[in-house]
Amino acid sequence: MCQPKQIAVDDPRFLELDTFLKKLQGEKGIAMIALQKAQQLFGYLPLEVHKHISAFTGISVAELYGVSSFYSQFLLEAEGKHRISVCMGTACYVKGSQKVLDKLCELLNIKVGEVSSDGLFSITAARCIGCCGLAPVIMIDEEVYANIVDLNELEQILDSYRSKEAAAVTVSVASADNKGEAEDLA
Amino acid sequence: MITRTRTSWENISNLRRRTLTELEQPEHFRVTVGMATCGISAGADLTFEAIRQEAERNDLQDISLEITGCIGLCSFEPIVEIYEKGKEKVSYVKVDPVKAIAIVRQHLIGGEPVEEFTLRGFLREQHEKKQREAEAHSYLSHKLEPVTTTELDSRSKDLVIEDESEESDLAGLPEHFIDLPFYKKQKRQVLRNCGYINPERIDEAIAVGAYAALKRVLTEMSAQAVIDCISDSGLRGRGGAGFPTGIKWSFAAREKAEEKYFICNADEGDPGAFMDRSILEGDPHAVLEAMIIGGYAIGASKGYIYVRAEYPTAVKRLNIAIEQARELGLLGDHIMASDFSFDIELRLGAGAFVCGEETALIASIEGGRGMPRNKPPFPAAHGLFGKPTIINNVETLANIPAIILNGSQWFRTIGTESSPGTKVFALGGKVEHTGLLEVPMGITLREVIFDIGGGCPDNKKFKAVQTGGPSGGCITENKLDLEVDFDTLKAAGSMMGSGGLIVMDEDNCMVDIARFYTEFTVDESCGQCVPCREGTKRMLEILERITGGHAEMDDLDLLEELGEHLQVSSLCALGQTAANPVLSTLRQFRDEYETHIRDKQCPSHVCKNLLGYIITANCKGCTKCARICPVHAISGKPREIHEIDLDVCIRCGLCIENCAFNAIERR
Repeated sequence: MCQPKQIAVDDPRFLELDTFLKKLQGEKGIAMIALQKAQQLFGYLPLEVHKHISAFTGISVAELYGVSSFYSQFLLEAEGKHRISVCMGTACYVKGSQKVLDKLCELLNIKVGEVSSDGLFSITAARCIGCCGLAPVIMIDEEVYANIVDLNELEQILDSYRSKEAAAVTVSVASADNKGEAEDLA
Repeated sequence: MITRTRTSWENISNLRRRTLTELEQPEHFRVTVGMATCGISAGADLTFEAIRQEAERNDLQDISLEITGCIGLCSFEPIVEIYEKGKEKVSYVKVDPVKAIAIVRQHLIGGEPVEEFTLRGFLREQHEKKQREAEAHSYLSHKLEPVTTTELDSRSKDLVIEDESEESDLAGLPEHFIDLPFYKKQKRQVLRNCGYINPERIDEAIAVGAYAALKRVLTEMSAQAVIDCISDSGLRGRGGAGFPTGIKWSFAAREKAEEKYFICNADEGDPGAFMDRSILEGDPHAVLEAMIIGGYAIGASKGYIYVRAEYPTAVKRLNIAIEQARELGLLGDHIMASDFSFDIELRLGAGAFVCGEETALIASIEGGRGMPRNKPPFPAAHGLFGKPTIINNVETLANIPAIILNGSQWFRTIGTESSPGTKVFALGGKVEHTGLLEVPMGITLREVIFDIGGGCPDNKKFKAVQTGGPSGGCITENKLDLEVDFDTLKAAGSMMGSGGLIVMDEDNCMVDIARFYTEFTVDESCGQCVPCREGTKRMLEILERITGGHAEMDDLDLLEELGEHLQVSSLCALGQTAANPVLSTLRQFRDEYETHIRDKQCPSHVCKNLLGYIITANCKGCTKCARICPVHAISGKPREIHEIDLDVCIRCGLCIENCAFNAIERR
């Protein structure tokens, strides 16, 4: 759970989390809802966030960590800027999604669960995303790419994100005030 | 804050009269775009936006543009349908934004349907393409033979005759989806509103009869009468196990408790299944209505829907539906001005397959790790927060309103004696028409796969169909004529499961499929009981030895023994059924397992480590493969037959893909 980049104690997102937790007071079984909200705010769940929720709700860090480590949706480490989910549901698998996954790992030179060296991409093997009719599919963030029959398409898809990113960097460097963006890429 | 107004049934039925005619015979154009997750993935959101903007640009104010759920035919998405008073509905398929703009201009403004983009136009184009290909093929095969003039004459006559037959063929091309072979054998009962109404508008749901069953329940029926009705109908849980719903309800109704809960299980974790998602995205009010009725029957005042977070569209539509139902007084205190109060809350899952198990789902709603516990006590007696709780699956619930309205005897006229009603299946894998379909129980798998699904594409040979996902098994050719219901599938060594049907053809390796499912259960095992945690892992190790080429024949017996132990000693259904894919393939494809072990070969050429590559005499010595091989495993002089060093080769297949002479084969 150790993170190179700590989240500051006075991060404004903690305030938003508090407002949300306040509304839940008195309700039963809120550990999961709290963690879901926190992940939505922070993108992942480092130890500081666990501690914060624990202090607010009285649920022990151990119990929270038990929950966050149980469910595959909760991320204990930061991800790449774009999350590539390769659907490994049965319909996609029988139509060759393993090859798609292998190819992506090869192109980015990372394994499943890792972040690419430029920080742009991370790969996850997703459970069925429910588009079995369009198999094999991959999803980058919320965008679905269907019928990946030609593996050469993948390079083009990745490139489209890289060039978008390059354009964004030029803008942010030019304006020189978009710290977050540059930090994300560092 | 939403102000909750109490609405009597009169206001609601007014809504019903008003909008039903609007839906079926709209005064102006009604345009629907299929926008379930599958439609959106195919680009329906862009299509919708294109229609909206083009209509706005042309100041078309009196059309109603609506989103709708999935009609089930994934390969035709995005689908746009146009209704107009006094005219037949026009169905457009594969509508991209460019086509959408043309449709707005020509159809909505000009009043003339764009024939070539309609279902019929699309089918005609496909038909003609096939014809052209056949002609080109016959031309090529005749080209080299000398032809006499008389022969030419007769051939041109053939062509003329063919033209005539083409005409008659085209006349028979279906105009509506329901005329397609895909729909011929279906009975769309649960899915009747999907693809027809806008799921984000409660008035459209009410127009087609939503909440009419609830009205009857609240005004005419006692709780016991509701339970009797459901029991008499013979409805069985559609989540997989097939437990009679009415009996389950009666268990919870019997319990005396201050608080009871009614839960809808929408944690559809079975990979390759999307029935529940489609129902929630296409007709969420049917599920809400059934939950209120169920709550009334067992005496619960609070309901939860536990839905996968991976289904954002379903979550969004459920939230909208719940809000709208609250506004109309269909949820909340004193529903329809009666004494009954019930409210529903949404809880999101977080990606754990085991949470589909009742007690694990309860643990998850309680906020903890989703781990199952021993039964009994059953949730009907001791469930959520220790209170009596009923958990029903989405599809089960979607059946309830129609049973109340049409009576239990009506329901029994559909399906088989032991399993009345219909079943929704998600048909996927190696089949021509993938999609969502609903058929009466008792239909054969052959009808589903070949008549509805169109069989395996590219003339490949059918090998098996997997039912019941990671808990089910494979059904082979010789059992395809079984009448599908809960009991026959179980007897055939598989199970109904939630309704995923994955078709495999000759290119699929059954050992690899067993390995795939076992890998899934290893990942998803909650780790609580030893047989499941350790057993699945050891099974996976053996399977990996087999696909990797290091296994001994004894391993098969070990695998079988381990599987049987898992079945009897695991704590919950996940572990008890985890060995099913292995045992079922082992029973029916033992020869395939043996070939892997004895001959170190994978007959379907899937298992990488067992693939041998060989360069045949077709090799012209062009050196291309030697140059592109990433590990330099190929050698040979130019213009001479090359060789592959299999000890170095990593079986990536790059050489096969790039050989211009088809000179490299997998062995």
